[in-house]
Formats: sequence, C-alpha cells, structure tokens
Amino acid sequence: MSSPKHPNDGSFLQCAGCKKILFVAEFEELNKVCPHCGHHHRLGAKRRIDSIFDPESFVELDQDLRSGNPLDFPDYDEKRLAAEEKTGTFDSIICGFAQLDGQRVSVAVADFSFMGGSMGSVAGEKITRTLERAAETKVPAIVFCASGGARMQEGLLSLMQMAKTTAAAQLCRRNHVPYIAVFTDPTMAGVLASYASIADVILAEPKATVGFAGLRVSKQAGVGKVPDDFQTAEFGLASGMIDRIVHRKELKSTLSNLVNLLGSSLEEAVDLPVRKSNHKKTVGASAHG
Amino acid sequence: MARTFEEWEKPLKDLEEGIEKLKVLAGRERDDGKRTEANVRIGELEIRRDKYVDAMYCQLSPWDTVLVARAQARPYSLDYAAAIFDGFVELQGDRNYGADFAIVGGPAKFNDQSIMFVGHQKGRSIQERQLRNFGYARPEGYRKAIRLFEMAERFRLPVVTFIDTPGADAGVEAEKRGISEAIAASMMKMFELTVPIISVIIGEGGSGGAIGIGAANKVLMLEHSIYSVIAPEGCAAILWRRPELAAQAAAALRLTPQSALELGLIDGIIPEPKGGAHRDIPLAAQNLKFAIEHAMADLSKCSPIDLRDSRYQRFRKMGF
Repeated sequence: MSSPKHPNDGSFLQCAGCKKILFVAEFEELNKVCPHCGHHHRLGAKRRIDSIFDPESFVELDQDLRSGNPLDFPDYDEKRLAAEEKTGTFDSIICGFAQLDGQRVSVAVADFSFMGGSMGSVAGEKITRTLERAAETKVPAIVFCASGGARMQEGLLSLMQMAKTTAAAQLCRRNHVPYIAVFTDPTMAGVLASYASIADVILAEPKATVGFAGLRVSKQAGVGKVPDDFQTAEFGLASGMIDRIVHRKELKSTLSNLVNLLGSSLEEAVDLPVRKSNHKKTVGASAHG
Repeated sequence: MARTFEEWEKPLKDLEEGIEKLKVLAGRERDDGKRTEANVRIGELEIRRDKYVDAMYCQLSPWDTVLVARAQARPYSLDYAAAIFDGFVELQGDRNYGADFAIVGGPAKFNDQSIMFVGHQKGRSIQERQLRNFGYARPEGYRKAIRLFEMAERFRLPVVTFIDTPGADAGVEAEKRGISEAIAASMMKMFELTVPIISVIIGEGGSGGAIGIGAANKVLMLEHSIYSVIAPEGCAAILWRRPELAAQAAAALRLTPQSALELGLIDGIIPEPKGGAHRDIPLAAQNLKFAIEHAMADLSKCSPIDLRDSRYQRFRKMGF
C-alpha cells in the first residue's frame, strides 16, 4: 500500500491497488480512496483530522515535544531533521482535543510519513498524554495508528514506551473511559503489541497491514505456508483480533456512533478521585481495584 | 561478523581442559618431586586462566555481551528457580487454547514468603529447545502469565519474573492467535496489580517478548545480560541492509546493563561470578537471591495502591 505513482505533472495519478489512472482532484475528494477498486491509500495525519473531526474543532496540544538523540545513534539526527522538514511536525503523532459531531474527544493521529510512524519517546509521550487526558477529563479517546513499530534509534527507551502507553490505556479502563483504536496502514510490531491492541474497540481500514513482525521474519518463524491475506486487517478480523473493518467514507459516522453509544453514560460512572503527582504529569485514579 | 560464543571461549576451554588433565596426572603421580612439579604447573595455568578470564570479561564489547547473554552454557530461569526458590509448583495452560513451554511459572517460596514466579525458559537439548520453541513464547505463554498474575493478585503473592527470550514467536499461528494482543494484555495486567513485582533480565531481553512480562516495580539486569528494542542483527538488516553489521548495531543500540542504568531504565545491575554466571552457577544464584531480597524489602514498605501507582510512575517518566 505504497503511495500512488504520479505518471505525469500532477493532474493524474495511478492507483497503487488496481493501477488505473485516477483524477487527482477526485482522488483527493475521496480522501485517497480509489473510486474503482476501493484501495485505501495512506492518509497523512492532518488530512485525517480534517476528514474525521468537526471543522475547526481540533485543538493541537504538545506540538512542541521534540526528541533529542539520547543514544547518540548514528544518523538519527539527520533522519529526524529530514522528517521534520518533510512533514512540518516534530514527530510521528499529532494529538489534542477535538469534537466529533459535537462530542468532545481526546485524539492522537499517527503520521506514517514521519520515520515510518515509529514510536520513540515523543510518540510514546503523546499517546500517553492523550490517554491520560481522556481518563482525567472523562472524554473518550480515539487513536489512529500508523506505524512500523518502535523506533530503533532510541533503543530501550522506545521499548519502554510500549509499557508506558499500555499503562495509560489501562488508566482509561480503570476510569471507565472508552478508548477506540483505528488501525490504518500499517499498524505493526511495538505499536500493535502495546496500546493499539488493548483498545475497547478496534476498527481497521480495508487491507491495512496489521502484524507483529515483518513478513520476512514471520515467514522464517512460521513452519507452514503463509496465507495470502496474512497480516492484513481482514486476517486480523478473521482471527478475532479486530472488531470491524470500516471503509474510510464511513469512519466518521462509525466513530461518532461508537463515542455516543459508549460515552453517553460516562457521567453516571463512579466518579473516581484522580490524584495529581508532584510531577507536571498526572497519575490516575487510585481508589478502585 | 561475529564469532560465536564457543569460538570466543575456546582458548579458555583449552586452558581449563589442560588444567583438568594435569590434575588427573598429578593425582596419579607417585613421585613426590614430580607431583610437586605438576602442582606448580597447575597453579601457573590457573593464574593464566584467571588472567585470561579477567582480560576477556573486564571490557566486554556490547557484541561480546550479546554472545555471553545468549550462551547456551548460561543458567536459565528454571536453573535459578531451583537454586533460590523452595517448593516451586509449575502450573501450566492458558485455560483457553494450549500449553506454551517457553514461559514457565507457578507459586513458590522465596525464603519464607510465598511468591508467584513467571519466567521465559529456553531449552538445552535439541528436543527441549524445540519443546520450548527456543525461548520464543507464543500467545498462550503470555495468557498463562496473565492467569498467574491474576492469581498472584487474588492471593496477595509478590511476583518475580525472569526475562530470557530472543523475542516472541512471530509465526503464522502466533499471529492468528494474537501474539501482539497477548503481549499487550500481559503488560496491562501487570499495571493492574497491587502486589510487588520484580523483574530480572537474566540473559536475553528481546524486545516485545521481554517487556511483555517486564512491567515491574523494580527491574534488574544480570551483569552479562542484554535488553534491547530489537535484535542487533535485525537492526543492522533494517537500517543498513547488512545483518553482518550486528556488532555495530549492538553498540549503537546500547543494549548493555550499564547503558540501561545510565539511561535510568533499570534499577540495578546484579554482579555475576568472574567469567560469567555459567562459571559458578551457585554463586550467580546467590547474587540473584540477594538482589531480589533487597528489592523485596524495599517494596514491602509500600501500600498496595502505592505499588500500583509507583509502577505507573516508574514507566511514566521514561522518555520525557
């Protein structure tokens, strides 16, 4: 599911799925879904926000969080700076509050074009803050996943983000706050094996790559033959790991409906005391087991 | 790249074999003078061996540490469990699909206290290695761990986990049964517990498979263990398309206990006997036991809610 190829100056492009030639204007109007075969091409974070949430409702937070090079990993600074240049953001996650048909939600959206959407300390922090804000303010959390996994260049720090984000997802559960994850292409490895897989509801876009290890690794590890749909959203659905596959044009209404269904009784949920730590960060409720 | 652990330790092995042979000869020798001579020679060789061990282990490169951490000679979880726990009863099954032998666990006594033990387990013989899937745990292993964590919470048992895995199983069947979900759910369960959790990386701390049972209040590493987001071979293959650069990747990933401690990601390093845990397993186990006692004493001062909240805070502060 690579980005579509541009065979000319920019008014036409080729679908990465069926290879048909598409009008750019129509393609963009459809949020990069092919009108012929329905192939869902990758959508950047900003486009995603525009396509889902109420106009002008998104308030971005934590946009200044920026990673250093904690391990002095070779070439990391160059790669990160190039990604910043390319995307105009400091990392692979954009987060904040937004409205969905008038309903307030805490959101995080991953951008695959920033170093493969990889999760280092900044992405981990932003996901964690998004889930903590949901837990504390009692609004549902929505996270759009798009990631190759943990960011190698931050080593063990990246691995620890798996635990950190998982803990924050647990906090949402403890505080009776719904958390919905949307798997977009691709949702892999360290992201899939942490906060993504423990959402209350998991939606996925058609044909999104969803898997634990790269296909080569899995083929090596697996004894039998690899099924044709291996590590796709459809495979995940058939395996019981995903709730629904939703076409992009129906994502907004599906999410809005779910937020309404799951979140409308939040005020009635037991109001748990939320303890603030002496850090600038906050820790969750502590009176309920 | 990269010699194997066996190649690396060969000179040492040769020396030790020489010493053993000489000892046998000296034992048989009837002539006092010749026996004394042999004993002197043995003494010299032992000094040479010790110097060699010192030289080899005093400044291990990160890649050397990888080799030692993975060495088959190293004690595994059940070796340590046998040495430091009493009355361990292994419990099996995830009560859902099947049994996984790459993760072992069950209740045991640590000194006089009941605890719940969970650990990765590699195999030694070819059959056992296959049975234990070379330490690559399957979803059922993590779901068994969840079951044991829940039991620990129910019966107020502190949890001790030993981490030693190259990574979780990435095969088709594991994927089908939700290896990612199983790892995430296991971590999540650990964050729910209000009993103390202590995790020790005893060998290989391989990425998601390792952190899956590593969300603890105290995380310790043995001196020659590693803890990494990805295997150095995989990192070299992905970043530089050259798996043979694993040694460079090992250095770049900073996967040694010293680096993890400097980065504030672990709470302590447990010293190993000179030349690695495999040279003196009882001493290695004694050091491990001492470290767990220490951590347990620290945590016993905390209330149940504090244990859960401080575990949250422990990981919360990592990165930012």
